[in-house]
Amino acid sequence: MPRRISINHDLCRGCNLCLEMCPKQVFQESSEIGAAGFRLKQVALPDECTACGLCELYCAGAISLEPLPPEEFADIMAQEERRTSTGQRRGGWKEVDSLLEPGRYFMAGNEAVVEAALAAGCEFFAGYPITPANEILEGMSRRMGETGGRFIQAEDEIASVYMILGASWAGLKAFTATSGPGFALMQEGLSLADMAEIPCVIVNVQRAGPSTGQATRPAAMDMREARYGSHGGVQRIVLYPDSVQEVFDMTIEAFNLAERFRTPVILLSDGYLSHLAEKVAVSGCVKVFDRIYVPGRPAFGPTSDSSVPSMPRFGDGENVVATGSTHDVSGKRSTTNPTVQENLVFYLNRKILEHREELVDCEELFLDDAETAVVAFGTVGRSAKWAVKEARKLGRRVGLLRPRIVYPFPSQRIKELCRTVNQFVVPEMSQGQMVHVVSEKVARDVVSLPQPNGQIIDPRRILKYLVEGVW
Amino acid sequence: MNIQELRKLSLREQRTTFCPGCGFETFINCFLRAVDDLGRRMDDYTFTEGIGCSAWISNNYFKADNFHTAHGRAIPAAIGLKAANPQLDVITIGGDGDLASIGGNHLIHAVRKNTPIAVFCLNNFIYGMTGGQVGPTTPLESITSTTVGGNTEKPFDLVKLVLGVGGEHASRYPTAYPHLLVKGIKRALVADGFRFMEVVSQCPRQYGTRNQASAAASMLAQQKAVYLSREKARNTDRGEFGDRSVFGDFDNLKEYLDLLPTEE
Repeated sequence: MPRRISINHDLCRGCNLCLEMCPKQVFQESSEIGAAGFRLKQVALPDECTACGLCELYCAGAISLEPLPPEEFADIMAQEERRTSTGQRRGGWKEVDSLLEPGRYFMAGNEAVVEAALAAGCEFFAGYPITPANEILEGMSRRMGETGGRFIQAEDEIASVYMILGASWAGLKAFTATSGPGFALMQEGLSLADMAEIPCVIVNVQRAGPSTGQATRPAAMDMREARYGSHGGVQRIVLYPDSVQEVFDMTIEAFNLAERFRTPVILLSDGYLSHLAEKVAVSGCVKVFDRIYVPGRPAFGPTSDSSVPSMPRFGDGENVVATGSTHDVSGKRSTTNPTVQENLVFYLNRKILEHREELVDCEELFLDDAETAVVAFGTVGRSAKWAVKEARKLGRRVGLLRPRIVYPFPSQRIKELCRTVNQFVVPEMSQGQMVHVVSEKVARDVVSLPQPNGQIIDPRRILKYLVEGVW
Repeated sequence: MNIQELRKLSLREQRTTFCPGCGFETFINCFLRAVDDLGRRMDDYTFTEGIGCSAWISNNYFKADNFHTAHGRAIPAAIGLKAANPQLDVITIGGDGDLASIGGNHLIHAVRKNTPIAVFCLNNFIYGMTGGQVGPTTPLESITSTTVGGNTEKPFDLVKLVLGVGGEHASRYPTAYPHLLVKGIKRALVADGFRFMEVVSQCPRQYGTRNQASAAASMLAQQKAVYLSREKARNTDRGEFGDRSVFGDFDNLKEYLDLLPTEE
């Protein structure tokens, strides 16, 4: 009985495997040369075919062997077309009960990260041991066991970040915690999180570098890396608290921002803040944001108004294609089109920067009439605050600007200060990193007060500079 | 449904970007056949990929949720997905350079973690997409764009590697035996725990043209000469075994090594 075999010449690639691999030599080359420049194949001996299927298993889809009746196959395809997402619309702001009993607690910075992550709805943690972030890893191991979340100790920081990205696509709020060397290893994955719009939180407990440096000593030496460390360098949201209370509150904020903007959010801490134990007030109710999902909507930007696109989770039936390659709104790769590339990069920046007004969060002190403004971040802000207050007592017109949200940098606010301020002073636990960011924004004298010695900056040292001009 | 119909049903595009004669077409077809034989649909599975020709299989073509990660990172992403939602049936498709070189550490630790995912490593013995550089499985003396005088580094035996670190489901199937490949894929899809399959595949364009085998069919003939079934391996005189290898499903290192001649 002759078998029903046909060849779709548009799909034939000319590999000749049908000719060579068929045990019965059913296929032959014809004398006709096709558009692709090779001889077309033909079914020469359909009577010989045993329907063993070797030809179709080798072929790039050109061979059709014993097809279904056309109506039957058309029905199957029509059913396929009608399939829709099984997911429900979800996401947005909600208020949840605190896991901890409301009240006052005495906890260290790393402990506060753990408790706040759980309060924010985090259900997945992957991490790798590194000083001074270990208490977060250990704390998550213990607390995930108690709360039903998932904890993985990964083989390295590279795996940690990809595990949380995978978990994020499964719909869970996920984070990891690390320090300098591990943060460097995570930059590749963070760039993917930027590009594929994957919400996640990375806590970087900064220590003195470069390289292994002084593992147990505090520093603020990753201030530029947090923003510009990844290839591609699109806009990031970076937070740096200055107290354990702020660590608690801003860890929750980090998750909320990650979910709202579908972006990695970096929470900076340091070797001092991580082990400093202080009072933390925990309220009974936590305001959290869950990523928004609207069935059937495109899962990626660019959106026309730079709004954040709907984020399905794997298993919703959306057949999501998430990629770090340049892609269109459906996720389909577009790796040579300059317009798609440029629009996507601008969009990734815009979706955050168009909300920069609401992303300004600064502690300000005596800035109304200040001639000198100290700009300090995180732990250094504590020292700076004391120094500024003392200098005021001595009649110096100094003030303090401490951006809790480091990036997007509060450019507008710092430019406004130039009405009275003629000198900006930037003390840092580094060789001077943020001083360059400040310099970019203001046409004023900007002074770097660098201290890359692995120690917190003595407030008296800042005061001495403010009073005597000596560093 | 025949393969052409399964491709229409389950692939996003009918014409792939793979070179003529590429073994990855055979893997795609065998995978589709295996899923259909199991009575399942492509989107019952969730895929992660790294970078390279192999990553394009599921990322570009499979109609299913898929996460196209960076080079070598598909396995940790798969572990994250599976741990976060155990209901997902997570599959990683990668290449030899992707999974055994840049992602090699992730591979061996995935075996240790025994996360229930299936990893298909399409081994074409070379970096195809980037221009034919030497890879972790490139045979000794092979010519590549970075070993123009012949490869001098000993290749990994991926099945031995996975079994050696405690893998309990490692298999190897060459594209020269597509019907057996279908059966192997089905077993890998339904088994428990961490599953690893090395799919020995031909790359006529990058590997073949440099190593006297530019036709896909001749590369398949070479596969048949090199890769023996268990039975054939047992019945082959140890002295005549040479640098041949064995294919099939293996659950422990000892059984696998017993099939191969003792190394000197």
